[in-house]
Amino acid sequence: MKQRHLIHLHWRSGFGIKPSSLQSAKALNKKKNVNSIFESSKKIEPILIDLSEFDDFLKTPYQKYKKIHGGDAATKLRQKSQKKVRELNFVWLKKISSSQCVLREKMTLFWANVFVCRDNHIFHMVQFNNCLRTHALGNFGNFVKAIARTPSMLKYLNNNRNIKSKPNENFARELLELFTLGLGNYSEQDVKEAARAFTGWSFKANGDFIMRTNKHDENLKTFLGVSGNLDGDDVIDILLKQRECAEFICKKIYTYFVNPVIDPSHLKELTALFYKDYNIEKLMRHVFSSDWFYDEKNIGVKIKSPVELMVGINKTVPSVFKKQSQVTYLQKMMGQILLYPVNVSGWKGDRYWIDSNSLMFRLKLPSVLLNNAKISLKPKGEFEDDFGNFYNQKNQNFTVSDKARAYFETHYSKTPFKRLKAILVLPKLDEDTKEMLKIYQNQNAFQYCIQLMSIPEYQLC
Amino acid sequence: MKRRDFLTKTSLASSLMLVPNFMKAFEGLDPAMLGYKKLVLIQLSGGNDGLNTIVPYRNDLYYKYRPGISISKDKVLDLNGELGMNENLAPLKSLFDKGYLSIINNVGYPNPNRSHFRSTDIWHTASSSSEYLDSGWMGRYIDQYGKNPHSGIEVDDSLSLIMKGQTMNGIATKDAKKMFNNAKTPFFNKVLENQTAAHLSEHNLGYLYKTMVSAQSSAKYIYETSKTSKSTKSYPKNPFAKQLKTTAEFINSGLETKVYYVSMGGFDTHAGQSNRQSRLLKTYAEAIDVFVNDLEASNSFKDTLIVTFSEFGRRVQQNAAAGTDHGAASNLFIIGKQLKKPGFYNASPDLSNLDSNGDLKYSIDFRSVYATLLEHWLDANHSNILGQSFKTLNFI
Repeated sequence: MKQRHLIHLHWRSGFGIKPSSLQSAKALNKKKNVNSIFESSKKIEPILIDLSEFDDFLKTPYQKYKKIHGGDAATKLRQKSQKKVRELNFVWLKKISSSQCVLREKMTLFWANVFVCRDNHIFHMVQFNNCLRTHALGNFGNFVKAIARTPSMLKYLNNNRNIKSKPNENFARELLELFTLGLGNYSEQDVKEAARAFTGWSFKANGDFIMRTNKHDENLKTFLGVSGNLDGDDVIDILLKQRECAEFICKKIYTYFVNPVIDPSHLKELTALFYKDYNIEKLMRHVFSSDWFYDEKNIGVKIKSPVELMVGINKTVPSVFKKQSQVTYLQKMMGQILLYPVNVSGWKGDRYWIDSNSLMFRLKLPSVLLNNAKISLKPKGEFEDDFGNFYNQKNQNFTVSDKARAYFETHYSKTPFKRLKAILVLPKLDEDTKEMLKIYQNQNAFQYCIQLMSIPEYQLC
Repeated sequence: MKRRDFLTKTSLASSLMLVPNFMKAFEGLDPAMLGYKKLVLIQLSGGNDGLNTIVPYRNDLYYKYRPGISISKDKVLDLNGELGMNENLAPLKSLFDKGYLSIINNVGYPNPNRSHFRSTDIWHTASSSSEYLDSGWMGRYIDQYGKNPHSGIEVDDSLSLIMKGQTMNGIATKDAKKMFNNAKTPFFNKVLENQTAAHLSEHNLGYLYKTMVSAQSSAKYIYETSKTSKSTKSYPKNPFAKQLKTTAEFINSGLETKVYYVSMGGFDTHAGQSNRQSRLLKTYAEAIDVFVNDLEASNSFKDTLIVTFSEFGRRVQQNAAAGTDHGAASNLFIIGKQLKKPGFYNASPDLSNLDSNGDLKYSIDFRSVYATLLEHWLDANHSNILGQSFKTLNFI
């Protein structure tokens, strides 16, 4: 397989490829390379963090806990949980960067911005995050049904308050608008009918789904032209029958994995395939196996998300995800904090990542992380902070550990500069920038690498 | 027609680009002469308790709802015999007396959201509570009326949604020199020096280069224009006052920036509200006081409007922790020299008619306030920027 195509495949299905892997992969054909990517992601390795200190949470619902232990204890437990969710953010990022299941992690990241959710309950959030991971390459229909049952989603879109006597449309509306069909493919009446079908959905203290039959509306509903005593799963099944649903998801897949500008004929091809059985793995195999995926116009044209940017750097010099406070800082300054989406429709991506400040920060990032460049920019405080904490953000000092440096030396430093450039930078270099890079030809590989990561071209993959 | 409009609307506009000296001539002019009006928007972040800010001290319901945290009659600075100012706002009282302050009561929006994040988004994007917009209203103003990122400055280190437009964004800085230095690291510089810009495409890479070029040129412009204008007023020593000092230096130096955004944190007073809010209001008012004097001394106060809002007010009923929880409608301050209706713009909050959460109901949509600022202060078409038409008010 062509070197450039391999590099492209690995930036899109993951976060780049290291020189030694590139060498061995070049000998294999496209089919074998694609196969091996899926093979490595076959396993499902959930995030495991020790939550024993939250056992009370599992046994007793929050309101009951409050009654037994008092308001202060309940508040304390809640705050402890909030803090643990910030730790989950760190654990997740480390996992994205170090897991062998590279594609599965990339897909998990993708789905987290489709099924957007936010929850300060650590148990529920871990469960939600692992649900994304489990179904990331599975069947889309089962995926939606599983997500709809997670406590975090039930809470986030108020479906647990959706009861027969007083239907709450929030989940039904977002299910149609953001998860399956997109605006314009359903009526307001469909939202109302779908909401009725989901009445009674809730969860137990241990996180298990529960159907409260006495709160469920058993009457006739008509959703997208289908009538019956529909429940939530029926609504999801009817949604899957809509071609618009397959198209809606394929659009998201295409703009995330192929090109922010959609080619209608490719989209049609993907939609036809996905509509048949909603098999996500099959769809992704098709994308990565298509000839058009390797068209020059699709290579190096996507603006990396802050997470993709950081993980990409970390894959070369594993030095980014060392300290939780630093990792939070970086995410804040670049505008993407995992588990804290901006709103229910998620991050818009691509050019939306870029403004004068975020771009200056992103361009400076490699020298800050790897070259001891000082950065005294500070993120904004939290809404809940008092005045002092709102402003008192510490300066961050980044250093490269010997171990990270050794990793670079082992895997990258013996690679010729030309190949290093091909591996790290995908777009065709701007002519002026190309000239300028020549100045750095005589530096060591590490310095050269930092320069490569600092040019605007590195912002793209 | 204004001079600037004239220039951009005539064929001269395109040739202007080729005549940098001609541009320079404009930069040297007294900004006041050009009639450049500035808007400074301040967010009290966290949800300021409006009722303990402007106190309905004649209203028994107020004292009934807040037995532990109400402000006693002898501690308020009376404004109109019905409402009085929190004593910590004393400097604002003198602005009020001079006719430089308008207080608009009960500002909010239908179906209020009580999450900091969401409600801030709503105020920043000027959306309704059921729509999600990707751009901020100041950003869209920059899109349509600005020419470069520094048309709007957020006095901070990172850019908020309010300053993000659809095709152009504002720029954030609380230290022009620091930003200038960040934008001219050797490598950054080298890239730009070598950049002839001749072959920049419309694709993403071209977009990145263009953003880089405009970021650096804005950073340079802000730094070089403002570096000579150092404030001689003595501001209190705290980060908010420092942000206002920077803002004053920017404005007084004649930067062509039209809109500024500053946020001050700490207002989420769920517990032990009284002391905390007192300190915050004092910090706010003292900084504003010096800020106004600073602008006045440079003759730029008449062309500056300072608007202060919070993403929501707080619950009327105090909570068990001597604090208040997230609420809905609240008051908003307009400070300036050209006010049409100084004092109270509208009726006091109605404590006998709360919503189902026990929060104040809104009577003025915040987007009507924006519409007024856009039409009557910034000479902009508000419905283009806000996406629909709102009733404008009569405060400027």
